[in-house]
Amino acid sequence: MIALLRRYASHLAIVLFVVLLLPPVQHVLTASMTAQMLLQIPLLILVGWLLRGALPQRFVSAISAWNYNGITGLILATLTTAVWMLPRSLDAAATEPLMATLKFLSVPLLIGLPLGISWPRMGFVLRGVFIAELISMFFRLGWLYMITPTRLCTNYLVGDQQRSGQYMMLIGGAIFAWLAIKLLWGRFDSLSDDQHKST
Amino acid sequence: MNVLRTLLASSILLVIGGTVLMGATDRFQAFTTETARRIDIREHPRQVPPAILQTQTGAQINLTDLRGSWLLVDFIYTRCLTYCSLLGGEFAQLQTQLATPIKEGKLRLLSISFDPTHDKPPQLAAYLEIHRDHGTGWLAARPVDTDELTRLEQVFGVTVISDGLGGFVHNAAIGIVNPQGQLVEIFPLGNPEPVGRAVLQYMQ
Repeated sequence: MIALLRRYASHLAIVLFVVLLLPPVQHVLTASMTAQMLLQIPLLILVGWLLRGALPQRFVSAISAWNYNGITGLILATLTTAVWMLPRSLDAAATEPLMATLKFLSVPLLIGLPLGISWPRMGFVLRGVFIAELISMFFRLGWLYMITPTRLCTNYLVGDQQRSGQYMMLIGGAIFAWLAIKLLWGRFDSLSDDQHKST
Repeated sequence: MNVLRTLLASSILLVIGGTVLMGATDRFQAFTTETARRIDIREHPRQVPPAILQTQTGAQINLTDLRGSWLLVDFIYTRCLTYCSLLGGEFAQLQTQLATPIKEGKLRLLSISFDPTHDKPPQLAAYLEIHRDHGTGWLAARPVDTDELTRLEQVFGVTVISDGLGGFVHNAAIGIVNPQGQLVEIFPLGNPEPVGRAVLQYMQ
């Protein structure tokens, strides 16, 4: 099953991308803050991640010289994520076609793809820091979105914002639980998932 | 060698990314659309477009007729139970605080309804009544043309969304318009005192 998924990863990426682009799907996923931030953007990241297999091997080895331990890719993905975490970016992406286009291009290509390329190169420590920071980001922002009385986006209701906060706490908790299980069963220090699955 | 290359690539990315983030946040000042609109209006005053308004008395005026005096503008809908009633209270407070310039005809308060199908002159008059309008210098008005209302909302940066219960939610604020008809500053809701002081300072 996993092997099959891997083989058709780039096809899956394209199908997913097209589905996300469909106007009714776009409309539903930007109608609420929760859907845009916690469903649409993560799925766009997944599109980029799945696309890594479609890159020509020559290109991947050429950039790997500039991507020691996956650090460059991680920095690119982090910076792009920071832009899309701004409430005003979410607001603008919901109403301005230019920002919506930028979102559909930059989230897969500048977050998902570099993460997908860099993840197998990242060592134990870097992965640990990344995941720990991801968990704390979900908790910090989730808490902020739950308690702040002001609306952060002019296009979304405060109840929607609080719901986003609650979901972020849940997601943070889920990643934390997954990390704990990984650590307990001692498979977290593997350099790449591929080593386990292919051997 | 690969370490140095990665260091170089990462540094370049950090510089570019930092610049983009700086641009996207107006030099790390504005993380929300609301703050961004305040900063933008303060730095680039916007010309208020003409719009035919019907006031609480039923009279029709053009927004451009109000040029020549300072204006404090807010956007309301009279069925509103939350922000607008706060705004109404704040306008009442400002009407008292700024009684002198209002009496001298240098300043007017204007509440524009973004729900003109429901807010007719009787509703607008009742809105003023509820907030104990002193009867001078405070107009409540409805734009007659919906396109003109849309233009006004764009210039003032007002976003109105449905609250899912038949009402609206909007970014409530008080705008200051100068006698030339330019929107020069926007103040957040909750503290009318500085708004009054700012207007007095502008008028000097």
